[in-house]
Amino acid sequence: MNNSSLISVQHLSRYYGKLAAVTDISFDLSPGEVLGFLGPNGAGKTTTMNMICGNLAPSHGSIHICGIDLMENAKQAKAHIGYLPETPPLYREFSVDEYLTYCAKINRLPREKITSAVDLAKQRCGLEQVGRRLINNLSKGYQQRVGLAQAIIHSPSVIVLDEPTVGLDPIQIREIRQVIKALGKEHGVILSTHILPEVLITCDHVQIIAQGTLVFNDRLENLQQNNPAEATRIQFKRPPDIQTLQNISGVNNVESFDGGRFKLHHNIDTDISDSIISLAIEEDLGLTELTPESKTLEQIFVDITSGDQSSDTENAA
Amino acid sequence: MVFTLALRELRSLFLSPLAWTILAVTQFILAYLFLTQLNEYILLQPQIKMLANPPGATQLIVSPLYGSAAFIMMMIVPLLTMRLISEERNNKSLSLLLSAPLSMSEIVIGKFLGVTGFLVIMTFLISLMPLSLLLAGPLDLGHFSIMALGLLLLLFSFAAVGLYMSSLTTQPIVAAVSTFGVLLLLWIIDWAGNKAGDENTSAVLSSLSILRHFEAMSRGIFNSSDFIYYLLFITTFIVLSIRRLDSERLAR
Repeated sequence: MNNSSLISVQHLSRYYGKLAAVTDISFDLSPGEVLGFLGPNGAGKTTTMNMICGNLAPSHGSIHICGIDLMENAKQAKAHIGYLPETPPLYREFSVDEYLTYCAKINRLPREKITSAVDLAKQRCGLEQVGRRLINNLSKGYQQRVGLAQAIIHSPSVIVLDEPTVGLDPIQIREIRQVIKALGKEHGVILSTHILPEVLITCDHVQIIAQGTLVFNDRLENLQQNNPAEATRIQFKRPPDIQTLQNISGVNNVESFDGGRFKLHHNIDTDISDSIISLAIEEDLGLTELTPESKTLEQIFVDITSGDQSSDTENAA
Repeated sequence: MVFTLALRELRSLFLSPLAWTILAVTQFILAYLFLTQLNEYILLQPQIKMLANPPGATQLIVSPLYGSAAFIMMMIVPLLTMRLISEERNNKSLSLLLSAPLSMSEIVIGKFLGVTGFLVIMTFLISLMPLSLLLAGPLDLGHFSIMALGLLLLLFSFAAVGLYMSSLTTQPIVAAVSTFGVLLLLWIIDWAGNKAGDENTSAVLSSLSILRHFEAMSRGIFNSSDFIYYLLFITTFIVLSIRRLDSERLAR
C-alpha cells in the first residue's frame, strides 16, 4: 500500500447472494487526481462507490482512506470522504441553507466554522442566489448542485461522485464539470460516469470496470501518447482499385468508402504513410487526406467491454 | 450528535402537515372526552360525596382521559414512526447519514429521540387539560405525575416498535400497518390468558401485555417492574433496529 495515497483499495469483492457484483478490484488514488470510473450499466460502479463510502460492507478486501482502515475505524475514515450518490440525498422540505448547515453538523464541523463552510460550499457550487429557497422547489440541476455542495461541505480529502451530470442540461453539465475540475486540484476526486467525453474533459486517470472486474487502468495522457496508429484513413481524387492498396506491404485489410475514401488496417508497429505517399505520386492518384488513426478512449471502451461479453457468451455456449 | 439528528427529525415532522394534523385531531377528540367526563363527574358529585371514601377528580376524570389517550395513540404513533427509516431509504437520503462520520447507533437513537420529542410535546398538550382543573380545585399530583410518566413510557414503547418496523421496509405504509398490528397484538395478548383460565399462561401473557403495565400506573401505582418492562421493551427494539441497519450494510 502506498502511504501517500488518499484511497487504497485492495482486492475488493462484493456479492449479492451468489451474484458477484464486484470481484477483486484494487486501485489507488493520489492527491490532486481526478479518477474517472467508466463502465457499462450494471458493471459494478455504484457498488464499488458505495463500498468506498461505507454504505456497503465489502465481502472481501480492504479499503484505506488517508491510511485509515474503513472497516476498523469507520468514523474517522468517513470524515475524509464526501459522497454524492446517483440520487442526491436531499431533505426536500428544508431550505438550502438549513440543509447544508445540517450536513456540516453531522460531519462534525466545529460550530464556529459551520457558517463559513456553508458559504464556501454555496459559492463553489453557484448556490448563492438560492440559499433561502426550499430544495423541493429547485430545478433538477440546482438540486444536483446542492448534492455536490453537501459532498464538499467539510472539505474532505476525497470526493466521490456517482454520475453527477445525469439529467442536466448542456450548460449545467459544463458548469458542474468545471466545478469538478476545480475541486480536483485540491482534493482527490473519483467520478463515475458512462459518458466518455466527460472523462476526457475532467479526468487525469481512467479505470474501466466491466462485469465487476477492473479491466483497464491508466493515466489519460499515457493513453494518448503511447497509443500508436493501427489504421490509416486516406482519400484520393482519382482512387485506384482496392487490390493496389491491398498490395502495399504491411496492410492487412482495406475498407472502401464513397468519394475515394479508404481505411487501411495494419499492424501497430508498421508505418505505411511513406508507401502510400510514394504510391500516390507514382500513379498520380491525387492524395487529399492521410490520417493515422490511434485508438480513442471510446474504441478502447468498446473493445474491452464488448470483448468481455462475447467471450462470456462463448463460455456459456 | 444524536441531538442534531433528533432535532432534524422533529423539524421535518413539523415541516409536514402530518404532525400538525395529528396534534389537532387528537387534541380535539381528547378534549371532547375530557368534557364528557367532567360533565358526568359534576352530575354525579352529590352522590359521590355520600360515599365513605370518595374517589377524587383525578381518579374519575384524569384516569379515563389517559386511558383513552393511550388507545388513540396506539393508532397515531404508527403514522408518526412509519417514515423514520423507510422514507429515507425510499428517497435515497439514507446514504447521507451512512457516509457521514456517524455510528449506526447514533443514527437510530437520534431518530428515536426525534419522535420522542414529538411525543413529549403531545403528552404535555394532553396534560394541560387535567391541569386546568387546578383552577377549580385540588388534584392528586402524585397520582397525576405517575399517570403522565406511564403514558410517556407507553408512547416511547410504541415509537420503538414503529422505528423497528420502519427499518424493515422501504414503504412507509407497510411500516405503519405492521406497527399497528404488533401494538394491537401486544395490547390484547392477555385476553387469551383470561379466557384459558390457566393461571400460569395468564400470568405470562399479562406480563407481556403492554397495556397491563400501563393500567397499574394509571391507578397511580408505581411498580419498578413496570418501569423495567418498558425500559427493556424500548431497548430491545432500538437494538433490533440498529442490528437491522447494520446487517443491511453487510452481505445479504
